[in-house]
Amino acid sequence: MKITMHGAATALALGLAVLAAPPAMAQSKDTLTLGFTLEPPHLDPSAGAAGAIDATVYANLFEGLTRIDENGAVQPQLATSWTVSDDGLVYTFKLKNGVTFHDGTTFDADDVVFSLDRARAEDSVNAQKQLFAAIDKVEAVDPGTVRITLSRPEGALLFNLGWGDAVIVAPESADNNKVSPIGTGPYKFDRWVKGDRVKLVAVDPARQIQSVNFRFIPDPSAQIAALRAGDIDAITNLNAPEAVIAFQADPNFEVSIGSTEGETILAMNNTRPPLTDIRVRRAIAHAIDRQAIVDGAMFGFGTPIGSHFAPHHPAYVDLVATYPHDTAKARALLAESGQSDLKLTLKLPPPTYARRGGEIIASQLKDAGIAVEIIPVEWAQWLEQVFRGTNYDMTIVSHTEPMDIGIYARDKYYFNYDSPALKAVMDKLNATSDPNTRNALLGEAQKIVTGDSVNAFMFQLARLGVWRKGLKGMWRNAPVQATDVTGVRWE
Amino acid sequence: MLTYIVRRLMVLLVTLIVASLAIFVVLEVLPGDPALLVLGIEAQDDTLAALRAQMGLDRPAPVRYIEWIGGLASGTTGISHTYAVPVSELIGERLAVTIPLALIALIVSTLIAIPVGMFAATRRGRTGDYAVMGFSQVGMAIPNFWFAILSILIFAVALGWFPASGFPGWDTGFATALWALVLPALSLALPEAAILARVTRTSVLDTLGADYVRTAHAKGLAPRRVLWGHVLRNALIPMTTIIGLQFAFLLAGSIVIEAVFALPGLGRLIFQSVSQRDLVVLRDVVLLLVVFVVVVNFLVDVAYSMIDPRARRAA
Amino acid sequence: MSDVATSLQADRWSRAMRHPNFLIGAVLTGLLAAFALLSLVWTPHPFDAVAISERMQGPSAAHWLGTDHFGRDIATRLMIGARNSIVVGVVAVGIGMLVGVTLGVLAAARSGWIDEIVTRGSDVVFAFPAIVSAILITAIFGPGAVNAIIAIGIFNIPVFARVSRGAARQVWGLEYTRAGLAIGKSKAAVTRDHVLPNIASVLIVQATIQFAVAILAEAALAYLGLGTQPPAPSWGRMLFDAQTFMILDPKLAVLPGLAIALAVLGLNLLGDGLRDVLDPRLRAERIG
Repeated sequence: MKITMHGAATALALGLAVLAAPPAMAQSKDTLTLGFTLEPPHLDPSAGAAGAIDATVYANLFEGLTRIDENGAVQPQLATSWTVSDDGLVYTFKLKNGVTFHDGTTFDADDVVFSLDRARAEDSVNAQKQLFAAIDKVEAVDPGTVRITLSRPEGALLFNLGWGDAVIVAPESADNNKVSPIGTGPYKFDRWVKGDRVKLVAVDPARQIQSVNFRFIPDPSAQIAALRAGDIDAITNLNAPEAVIAFQADPNFEVSIGSTEGETILAMNNTRPPLTDIRVRRAIAHAIDRQAIVDGAMFGFGTPIGSHFAPHHPAYVDLVATYPHDTAKARALLAESGQSDLKLTLKLPPPTYARRGGEIIASQLKDAGIAVEIIPVEWAQWLEQVFRGTNYDMTIVSHTEPMDIGIYARDKYYFNYDSPALKAVMDKLNATSDPNTRNALLGEAQKIVTGDSVNAFMFQLARLGVWRKGLKGMWRNAPVQATDVTGVRWE
Repeated sequence: MLTYIVRRLMVLLVTLIVASLAIFVVLEVLPGDPALLVLGIEAQDDTLAALRAQMGLDRPAPVRYIEWIGGLASGTTGISHTYAVPVSELIGERLAVTIPLALIALIVSTLIAIPVGMFAATRRGRTGDYAVMGFSQVGMAIPNFWFAILSILIFAVALGWFPASGFPGWDTGFATALWALVLPALSLALPEAAILARVTRTSVLDTLGADYVRTAHAKGLAPRRVLWGHVLRNALIPMTTIIGLQFAFLLAGSIVIEAVFALPGLGRLIFQSVSQRDLVVLRDVVLLLVVFVVVVNFLVDVAYSMIDPRARRAA
Repeated sequence: MSDVATSLQADRWSRAMRHPNFLIGAVLTGLLAAFALLSLVWTPHPFDAVAISERMQGPSAAHWLGTDHFGRDIATRLMIGARNSIVVGVVAVGIGMLVGVTLGVLAAARSGWIDEIVTRGSDVVFAFPAIVSAILITAIFGPGAVNAIIAIGIFNIPVFARVSRGAARQVWGLEYTRAGLAIGKSKAAVTRDHVLPNIASVLIVQATIQFAVAILAEAALAYLGLGTQPPAPSWGRMLFDAQTFMILDPKLAVLPGLAIALAVLGLNLLGDGLRDVLDPRLRAERIG
């Protein structure tokens, strides 16, 4: 007893230097335990926007006609192949044979019709109902074939059908999917210890990983402690970039730095004076030091961006140099616009990038002569006040939807930007299918948005993953909010 | 005696009604639309309206209040907006963590505090007393969540003796589940033990001066028997009061500790249902905690009045 | 001043000087106040000067306690954190005393239905665990120092109402207060001349204890992200920020925790000591 007490005291005395000691391997090789920040509110991806739902059940438990892979490409899933009519209005899907739902019922074309009709129905509570807006009707040609007819061409239909919101469910079980989900995926639902974990088990007894635990640990420091203590095997999306440094130096762990679709921006309310003045918006863009924000808030993980576009996309145009960090220039622009003693509020939602980034931006804007009042808000308030009510000056948020520059052409979107030039470009884009022309148009759109300095564009969010050495097949990038473990194995 | 209890019960009922009204009003003015939170930024107006109707948010407030209280009175709770299960089920799952946690913390703190407090009392004014009182001051001053953070670092991460966080569930085995509650319970118990040790010391000192204790000594009873028999029994009354109040406090006070250890307890449920605007859950959990505090107070008062009839007038 | 009063004071003074708790408590509290006051006129560095390249440095001549994850000076932030804690304590206890003592002495003086309302009102407020009320209040009005202080202050109201009501009722039971009424003084005058001076020492002792409770409560709220908001430094917030960094730099988590513990320890010892010095028979009610 004396010795152990002494050990504990030494640990404290050494300033906790013993933290690098290798933890006990708690997991056996047929289980996988993953740590997540957010617990899903329920497990039906077709009835909620929470990314945590998809992060748990997408591809693992529920499958769609198509699926989106690690690199964001569309792959066949329940549909093995498809044909598209020349006018782009009729899609015919061949379905996979011999698929059953976890409750034993057979999967066929009727389930597809049911699922898609349910998602686009009048009383649907699907959070991404607009994904299906172009669909006119869905018909079962025969049990193995489905035909979708569109009312207008929709270039993204196959991608849209790969979203978690478009998964195929069975009419027998759909109503209970929130609590006991029944899908067609390789893992089926086992149990949900609310507030702690969701457990899925393999349908096929020959799979190496027989059970997958999704542990919900809201606090990143608790996640790190759990990984080090051997409670969990991996953190797929670590919200504490500073911890990555320590894991990189540790031979027991593998660190993955991938990309996301998250453009992290300092959004501005373009109809609220003085932000109506382009000089003020440009002054703000000059006042922020993107690299310092990436270094300070994200410990260097993240790529500075100059527009609302992901750097890994072929249509990306590098506009980072448009507004270089230049405090004097910012001050000059402010003076020119007649603004002195400028005071602005900055509403920050909960994520680390926003709260930490906000603190750094406030300090940088202070240097340029703009006093910033930080107002932290919860998501519920952010959605209501900032997003819906547009009652804000500035906010920081990461737009994680893929290819979403189109939001700048929307009316009354929360930054209240209205540009006929951009709308014209986006209209042209929607009517174009040639990839090269599309990329050129997208480039044009980026330039317009940056030229008008609609928002101050900060950085592309990185996806930081840490897992135990020997775990293979984990996703590095996050084209969609999914944790596809179907290809994961222990070595 | 009976009239007193009936009167106290009436007071209890009025307190609960006022408290339930307060909870309802607070949740009514809570900003943030639960339906919007579920559907997110791409939510369309018709989808939102459909979901609000599904959640029952489209009916007038007085109707919803009466439905709530009426439902509780008839033993049914609402369905959680987010988890889609009855609230009672959800609370039951969480209590299976929080109540054992609070109980262990209470037992640990009592087991530490009573001997230590008595030890200090019997050595009043001597080094032992000063040492105990000094430690108890330190124990009260250390924020329990700081102690929790440091204990995770030392005992879970560095030494690997305990899990760093989470709760595996009772069905994974009693020992495994209990093991996960050791560090959180210790973190909760530390300041409580410090307070209780002081209360014990004071109560014992008070009783030591009482006539019957002197009589017992005079009769030649062994000092040890006097101490554990007469003195402790009589000192138990104020200590029980504190322990009762501490238990009520621990149920809610574990919020911070549950956050540090990522435990799926009642406190986390409150925190979660606030951020997810799951008002159906929130109102029941808060009311449950209020009921608990009120009932504990009631029991303490009644117990006092049985021991000391004068207390009846004071209340 | 009469001879009796002088000798009473002299007696108190000598008791204070021989009381170790009082002395240690006074010194720690004095240090807390001194750092807080000093931070009003001077700090080693600006508290919000972000310098990413200088982050998480160890102690040096330029930064006595090193720098935090944004390269800000920790000593500076602890000093301003002390100020923040004092403001929290003073305002929260102030709200509690002002409203609570008023209600408490009123209830004691008038008894009847006013007494009933004050007692039952206290019961209702007490029925809500403080941390739950605080979470709800900050959910409505937004997280922030002011709202956290108000939440803690509201919780203090019934504490002071109960203590002052109980103490005041004892005073009303004494001979000379009734004599005061008999010679035609109003209840208000008796309260002012006899009741308040007599319950003052109870209230002072309770105030120091609630002060410590308030500091702990604010730290807990700030730790949950509901208290003082960045960039303003608060000890609880510093602990919250430090959590994910402590594997890289343990001092970030150790220092603010120590500061909280020392401040609370000082105030508790001071309260204890004050009780013995002011009136050895008194015993303040302690509510967790």
